[in-house]
Amino acid sequence: MAGSPSRVIPGFSLTLGYSLFYLSALVLIPLAALVLKTTEMSFAQFWAVTTDPIVLASYQLTFTASFLAALINGVFGLIVAWALVRYQFPGGRFFDALIDFPFALPTAVAGLTYASLYLKDGWIGGLGPRLVTGVNGLAGLLGLGAPLEPTALDWLTFPFTGGTTGIVLVLVFVGLPFVVRTVQPVLIEWDPEYETAARSLGAGRFTIFRRVIFPELFPAWISGFALAFARGIGEYGSVIFIASNIPGKSQIAPLQIVTKLDDFQYAAAAAIGVVLLSISLLILLAINGVEQYARRHERAA
Amino acid sequence: MAGAITARAPISIGSKRAVATESVLARRVLITITVVFLTIFVLVPLINVFNQAFSKGFEGYWSVFFPPQPPDDATLTFSQKRRLAEGAAQAARTWSSIGLTVAVAAVVLPLNIIFGLAAAWATTKFNFRGRALLTALIDLPFSVSPVVAGLVFVLLLGRNGILGPWATQLVWPDPFSLHWVGFENGVWPLAFGRTHTGVIFTPLAIVLATIFVTFPFVARSLTPLMENQGTDEELAALSLGASGWRTFFKITLPNVKWALLYGVILCLARAFGEFGAVSVVSGHIDVNDTMPLRIEKLWNEYNNQAAFTVASVLAFVAVITLVAKSVVEWKAARDAERTN
Repeated sequence: MAGSPSRVIPGFSLTLGYSLFYLSALVLIPLAALVLKTTEMSFAQFWAVTTDPIVLASYQLTFTASFLAALINGVFGLIVAWALVRYQFPGGRFFDALIDFPFALPTAVAGLTYASLYLKDGWIGGLGPRLVTGVNGLAGLLGLGAPLEPTALDWLTFPFTGGTTGIVLVLVFVGLPFVVRTVQPVLIEWDPEYETAARSLGAGRFTIFRRVIFPELFPAWISGFALAFARGIGEYGSVIFIASNIPGKSQIAPLQIVTKLDDFQYAAAAAIGVVLLSISLLILLAINGVEQYARRHERAA
Repeated sequence: MAGAITARAPISIGSKRAVATESVLARRVLITITVVFLTIFVLVPLINVFNQAFSKGFEGYWSVFFPPQPPDDATLTFSQKRRLAEGAAQAARTWSSIGLTVAVAAVVLPLNIIFGLAAAWATTKFNFRGRALLTALIDLPFSVSPVVAGLVFVLLLGRNGILGPWATQLVWPDPFSLHWVGFENGVWPLAFGRTHTGVIFTPLAIVLATIFVTFPFVARSLTPLMENQGTDEELAALSLGASGWRTFFKITLPNVKWALLYGVILCLARAFGEFGAVSVVSGHIDVNDTMPLRIEKLWNEYNNQAAFTVASVLAFVAVITLVAKSVVEWKAARDAERTN
């Protein structure tokens, strides 16, 4: 364990002092300014700003979209981590490296490319009409006429760049690494003996996963889920490219802050900022709680 | 919370053991889901960036940075002249955004390296009350929305901010305008060519906001490794009479070089790509555009191909980042194996 009480090693006051100075000047004092700014308002004003119908609608959109995205990541992230750790397949290492890509790619670029992909003339957005043309062309070659209406597959065209679906899709991208990267180390450390033991006792494969493997993965999985969720709540850059940003309908909560700032309503912006900050800190606390519970649980077992 | 996971010290996830006992069918289904999911959500969007950037061919791509120059003797109509001038102005703005992005990163990175080393040294080589709190505070920016990160500086240093009266009057020299003026005015031969007034809506605010969102990366990637290595080697060097600085440069720094580089890579990637925090403090002024802000402006001007061209540069940087990260992880794992 590091940090023996001996002060033989020099530089304690220098490094600690510098760290505290840097941290205070760049993080703590600015954050305090945020809280101080809200004290300019009475509680009634604070309440009025933070529960304004347009603001409430933005919270709802932010939470719904982030939750759905975290859920999709929870399911697919688990499958991806599982397949990457337990199976070897061509391109496995390449796909493993791809997982970190959402961390490396600027969010503005992610929003830009997602917005254009799901437009009507984008690669994925234009899939429906192209499939119809393809199927009808094939049927025509076989002399079957055109079995599909031109609009039959329009539900496959994703004109959702204005709606919630587009926001969810880009938040799935942004939060993709969290679940995979938290679950992966647990799966790597997993001892297959447990599975063998469970099977010898007559458990089926699904029972083994549900009763033996998943409980072991659960703490990592839930903290990955919460990290992805928290990331989605704060996300701004990628979402504003893909959302239509209509007040009360498709404005996310961080955009409310920007809107208020553009209107020079500084105290109102600060109030929404405080709400968002408190929510992120609560999620962080919850993650720590889960991790500590898991650690204690592990020790007790 | 970007990087809350990746910013930990390099761990290798390469030791894959084939322990699968599932049926072949289940295995194939899961692999297919993985490949399809990652292709749709990561690979296709990435390829799309380059596809759109080159949608007007290589020439269209090139002209975003180097607009066509007419020959000197060409006779041009008014509208042709206007289009050429517009293209040149757009390219100049794009170049200015690239310059600002690189300049901000160049200022932020050394500051974060010094802080990261100091914070890691303080929290891993010593035991003191509040150590856990300090470590938690260092992680704080990961859990703050980038927009809030920008907002706090506007509220602190903006016109109505708490330090506003002082900050809006602050005159500061542009370090990149430092140039040689000779010894005519005294013994100091250098002078600043440009000064800025105020903090918010100037490049200084962009630097502050970028530091806020990037400073945990270096500290976080160093801390676990330095904690594992303990203080034995440093104590040995000190007892042999080495000075504190010498111990740091000869013992500690070589031991953590890969973790440091790892943190630097992550910090740089985020500094190049930060959008929300920078957008709030930039005031949407053209000279304050970094590359991500430039992308937004081009997109809002319906200049999609140019937006994707600038985006492709950042996407290329992201690919390089991933490759560099993998190399560093591999080197760090090899070093760890060698010492064991």
